[in-house]
Amino acid sequence: MRKLKADPKGVLTGAHYLDGDFAIAEGSLAAGCRFFAGYPITPSTETAERFAERIPFVGGIFIQMEDEIASITALIGASWGGQKSMTVTSGPGFSLMMENIGLAAMMETPLVIANVQRGGPSTGLPTLVGQADMLQVKFGSHGDYEIIALSPDSPQECFDLTIKAFNLAETYRVPVFIMTDECVGHMHEKVVIPPADQIEVVERKWYVGPRQKYLPYKPDKDLVPFMVKAGDGYRFHTTGLTHDERGYPAINAEAQDWCVHHLVDKITKNAPKIIDYREDQTDNAEIVVISYGITSRVSVKAVQEARKAGIKVGTLRLVTVWPFPEDRIKELAKKVKAFVVPEINLGQIRREVERCAFGRAPAIGVPHCGGWVHDPDDILKAIKEAAR
Amino acid sequence: MKEEERPEERNPMEDFLRMDRIPHIWCPGCGIGTVVTSFVEALKKSELDLNKLAVVSGIGCTGRVAGYVKFDSFHSTHGRAIPFATGLKLANPELKVVVFSGDGDIAGIGGNHLIHAARRNMDILVICVNNFNYAMTGGQVAPTTPLTANLSTAPYGNFEYPFNLAYLADACGASYVARWTSLHIRRVTKSIQEALVKRGFSFIEVITPCVTLYARRNRLGDGLNLLKYYYDKSEMRHGADTRTVPIDFQGKIIVGKFVDRDKPTYLECMNTHLQKTLGDKYVPYGVKP
Repeated sequence: MRKLKADPKGVLTGAHYLDGDFAIAEGSLAAGCRFFAGYPITPSTETAERFAERIPFVGGIFIQMEDEIASITALIGASWGGQKSMTVTSGPGFSLMMENIGLAAMMETPLVIANVQRGGPSTGLPTLVGQADMLQVKFGSHGDYEIIALSPDSPQECFDLTIKAFNLAETYRVPVFIMTDECVGHMHEKVVIPPADQIEVVERKWYVGPRQKYLPYKPDKDLVPFMVKAGDGYRFHTTGLTHDERGYPAINAEAQDWCVHHLVDKITKNAPKIIDYREDQTDNAEIVVISYGITSRVSVKAVQEARKAGIKVGTLRLVTVWPFPEDRIKELAKKVKAFVVPEINLGQIRREVERCAFGRAPAIGVPHCGGWVHDPDDILKAIKEAAR
Repeated sequence: MKEEERPEERNPMEDFLRMDRIPHIWCPGCGIGTVVTSFVEALKKSELDLNKLAVVSGIGCTGRVAGYVKFDSFHSTHGRAIPFATGLKLANPELKVVVFSGDGDIAGIGGNHLIHAARRNMDILVICVNNFNYAMTGGQVAPTTPLTANLSTAPYGNFEYPFNLAYLADACGASYVARWTSLHIRRVTKSIQEALVKRGFSFIEVITPCVTLYARRNRLGDGLNLLKYYYDKSEMRHGADTRTVPIDFQGKIIVGKFVDRDKPTYLECMNTHLQKTLGDKYVPYGVKP
């Protein structure tokens, strides 16, 4: 892993008025992404449009593929070709990508996928908000594997977290997801893009050593294997099949045990370094509101009202949703009366909070099927009930 | 005894194959190995820097090729070798990217990618080994299965019209289209040699026997019988109108180089167009200074 300063060619330094989708495109360019393959889908298309408009002046590729399956697969190819690569999509397109998200995880390929969530299932609500892909992002492809998912709550964070997403992808050789939503994606706010020399970007650990000795899946000390790119003379092999350190297929239970554990351990054992959340007034809190993305913005109002009513409420906003801040929730569960978990789905992250709380504190959901954000009153009601 | 003292024991393809993965999984009498041999022969005759060669496969019997050749090689998912190759080529334009996969992979589940890569004139070579069935899964009907041929999911014979892959690739804009059978060893080799230096989307279809499944179910004899049968039934017609080259069950197989035309590749189109439209502000991509 090499830490570098951003290439100024891609950095549009200054203060801008951008929506979240555009901010993701700017974040990707600042992070050094020079390959974007995508397919139009509401409400994410603006990211692709912005990238297509900007890349000719930066030097790179924007290609509109024939579908989302082609987009994600082209990303994997491009990443092995040596480029930082990304795509953006929403509900149905995200579902189409699932098989090859598994391939990216299996081949340990760094890449970034933004999902601007809309209401589902199926075609659902193409133009309206949802947050119901939060479990799909972790479990959507078959088999056991681990990924990293981030959730920005503003256009500024769309920019910042896109850079972070690339840095994490490069550090851990893993697909990283920006799980935003239609509201944040279409929300226009001030976005400050710093000068290039203030943006830290990370590059994957390139292998430099004897050609014969390169093993594409031999874990390094941090569990992340070194990478090479096609064309460098290493003549390596990689496959979606269960494989050994050489990348050669190995179809037996022992190899499966090693291979799957490696994919999972690489993330879970590094989780403390990856996990990021924001806490406010949780020290003496009786109630902790756990939220992410647009819902954390809506919760602010409810939390203010609850505090006015004398309830000790703290907040925990998930910046990384996966890996989940399990240890922190466990600690909090020992001292709080209850968690309140508003989200625009029927309780996906609430389940996770409940699992981590392990019966020590109830996790009260504030479910919403999507199409609009919560009424802060509904969250307030849940806080009051929890405090009673 | 030292290796160099017994040169006859050295496999002539050793420098091009992952010998630590041999023996391969293909059945005796299968034609895929022959196509790999032709590929290696073509590479030997070419002046390509083999460190800049990448092979991408999908899933299936032919999908295993990527695992046996000693180049940067990628065994991707079912049907997705072409978009994988597209990403690889565009990310690193100095690579020569070859897709090696079967008919089910390329024309069935991956058909959409085939037509779009041909339409874009993506600068990759696709070698499509056509054995008329899904063999890895036990001999199911494919989009290339000739009418009436019997397969496990067409137990009373196939009644769906098959693809004429040469016509499909041609109609979608491929720069180079050829078809041979796996016994046309010199012809296949020559075609691959030509296509390796061709700029743009090249498509080579090679008809091969599937002895274990297609031949057995249809009582077509062993591998040698079928190889010879395909060879004898083939008729060479270079430059043939691809509309006139469909494949019937045990009928005539028209082979030859059907299409060889020059047109700008995807990257050339992109650079030319954007340079013209945006002028000096445009930063060309993948062009050697």
